[in-house]
Amino acid sequence: MKIVTKGFASAMALTVGLAGAARAEDVEVLHWWTSGGEAAALNVLKEDLASKGIGWIDMPVAGGGGEAAMTALRARVTAGDPPTAVQMLGFDIQDWAAEGALGNLDAVAAAEGWDAVIPGALQRFSKYDGHWIAAPVNVHSTNWVWINKAALDAAGGKAPETFDELIAVLDAMKANDLTAIAHGGQPWQDATLFDALVLAEGTDFYKQAFIDLDPAALGGDKMAAAFDKLIKLRSYFDSNFSGRDWNLASAMVINGEAGMQFMGDWAKGEFLKAGKVPGTDFICIRFPGTQGAVTFNSDQFAMFNVSGEGKLAAQAAMATAIESPTFQSAFNVVKGSVPARTDVPDTAFDDCGKKGIKDLAEANTNGTLFGSMAHGHAAPASVKNATYDVITAVVNGEYSDGATAAKALADAVAAAQ
Amino acid sequence: MSAPATADFRTRLQDWLPKLVLAPSFAVTLIFVYGFILFTVILSFTGSKMLPKWDFIGFENYVKLFALQHWHIALRNIAIFATLYIVICTAIGLMLAIFLDQKIRGEGMLRPIYLYPMALSFIVTGTAWKWFLDPGIGLERVMHLWGWESFSFTWIKDNDMAIYTIVIAAVWQTSGFVMAMFLAGLRGIDNEVLKAAQIDGASNLQLYRRIVIPLLRPAFLSAFVILSHLAIKSYDLVVALTGGGPGRSTEMPATFMYSYTFTRNQMGIGASSAVIMLMTIAAIMVPYLYAELKEKK
Repeated sequence: MKIVTKGFASAMALTVGLAGAARAEDVEVLHWWTSGGEAAALNVLKEDLASKGIGWIDMPVAGGGGEAAMTALRARVTAGDPPTAVQMLGFDIQDWAAEGALGNLDAVAAAEGWDAVIPGALQRFSKYDGHWIAAPVNVHSTNWVWINKAALDAAGGKAPETFDELIAVLDAMKANDLTAIAHGGQPWQDATLFDALVLAEGTDFYKQAFIDLDPAALGGDKMAAAFDKLIKLRSYFDSNFSGRDWNLASAMVINGEAGMQFMGDWAKGEFLKAGKVPGTDFICIRFPGTQGAVTFNSDQFAMFNVSGEGKLAAQAAMATAIESPTFQSAFNVVKGSVPARTDVPDTAFDDCGKKGIKDLAEANTNGTLFGSMAHGHAAPASVKNATYDVITAVVNGEYSDGATAAKALADAVAAAQ
Repeated sequence: MSAPATADFRTRLQDWLPKLVLAPSFAVTLIFVYGFILFTVILSFTGSKMLPKWDFIGFENYVKLFALQHWHIALRNIAIFATLYIVICTAIGLMLAIFLDQKIRGEGMLRPIYLYPMALSFIVTGTAWKWFLDPGIGLERVMHLWGWESFSFTWIKDNDMAIYTIVIAAVWQTSGFVMAMFLAGLRGIDNEVLKAAQIDGASNLQLYRRIVIPLLRPAFLSAFVILSHLAIKSYDLVVALTGGGPGRSTEMPATFMYSYTFTRNQMGIGASSAVIMLMTIAAIMVPYLYAELKEKK
């Protein structure tokens, strides 16, 4: 009898506890990490929170760059019922902060010393008006080249370090009957390649053109030179490139149909999934001429204004969990990116991951860590899309020379501001 | 005393009932159609970026809109697409309907075959045609595998021709539906008239040209109204088939409006493009409807 009562009582307590948790201590998270690897990475966070008694209400809105998610978010915020945390990129975070929709993480950030360990270039997005508003999850760097090792060996075996060496390797690959460059003709992929070309013209130039949006730099000789190189590179694409998804382009390199792909570090996941080993089956290098500099994009969880003690506590706990070095390491090993804080040990990462962490730390110290224009971390969405328009027109052969394209770029950016 | 009162109540109820029943749908239409049209028009005069804002800036959005090369591409594309789509769909639909109307055997089976593409969503049509037209996996590859090595059909990868692949897919989807409308029209024509004409010695060609097609005027009206609004709101087909590409070469006003409003954070410009779309369609439809409906009286 006593045991029964006790059991009943604890069952009651459990029910009450659960009900209480459901009402006050769940986090509702809007995100677009729905593909296999991404979902597995996010699960690390879910389990971590569950161990602290915080429930997770999943609100996945599928669709690569999160466009659909942002549309869903607009509806939620306009209705006055924002989720706890939302996966967000770059200037979107600042735009939402400007609307006054985001909360404040200063207490958590101060207690855990985020200012010291999170790179300044990331803080530019995670802070608004000096206050922490978002917790960065990872750093993807975009100026990578993924080369099929066998194809490179057949083409001389030396990884290119300058643009001329790159052209030599591409010519050799072409002579070996390969598609030299596996490229997916979608505006953001065109722009990802162009980011690296602009960065190769000089880190100061990248900053002037894409971050400060200086019209003279945007329409100038160096930009024309970068466009000329883009026009040169497009002659190494196959004829069927337009509209191809990035992972299909990666598959071409994996299968040995193509020599190399210019893509951010998320491409590594495709190689690993296919059972390829970095260093032996494929190699990862920085885009020729950009070693030492990194263009990045960073997924962050923007924390929205929620009301109620329980909800705020859960939000703070989630922020703490995101920035904990164990989560940073576990998540980024799975996702292919590198941790958003510079003090996470690289022991769990593969060769490309280790190189990524080292490059990031180096770029951070040297001031050569820049937001990627192609991924909305250099300029707001309207400017980003205006550059897409011009870059994609060049890739599809609408401009025959770089100087005209550079002038069009300067005009397009001016019109979008 | 009480009987007249009841009758009175009944007549009054009878008077009110239709209005009462129609009221909810009337209110819903008023708010969600006309209310939001008004909302969009107002937005187009504001400097709204990500969320609606109420700082009025006059016609600046419209000036910016027409300075955008991107918008001009969209306008050119919709002109090409709408013209070809409406003309070809009507022609094929009419032709199929006339052929099916020859009292042929198996009509009951043929009719649904032509009609079924309409049961698919534009997303399905777009995806299927994307694969079919892709030189790497679709028609061209099959032809090469069958030994016709010189066969080449790369319109979908070609900046100048890609817009025509959208016309092909859209015509494939809708002509069967237009056929059904014309078929209904053909069946509604009085046989007496046709017989009288035949007795007067009219040839088959004359019969169709002088009598049947003029009598189908109401069907042409419905076809035109339905096709032109399908053309101007063509969004899903473009997104699924070409994604606006190669580059931006198949951008349409509807995809333009969506991207500026929701992904480029230039809601004001997006709203002004929506207003231009509305005005364009009104400029075409209103005179046409007015002329057609007035004549009937």
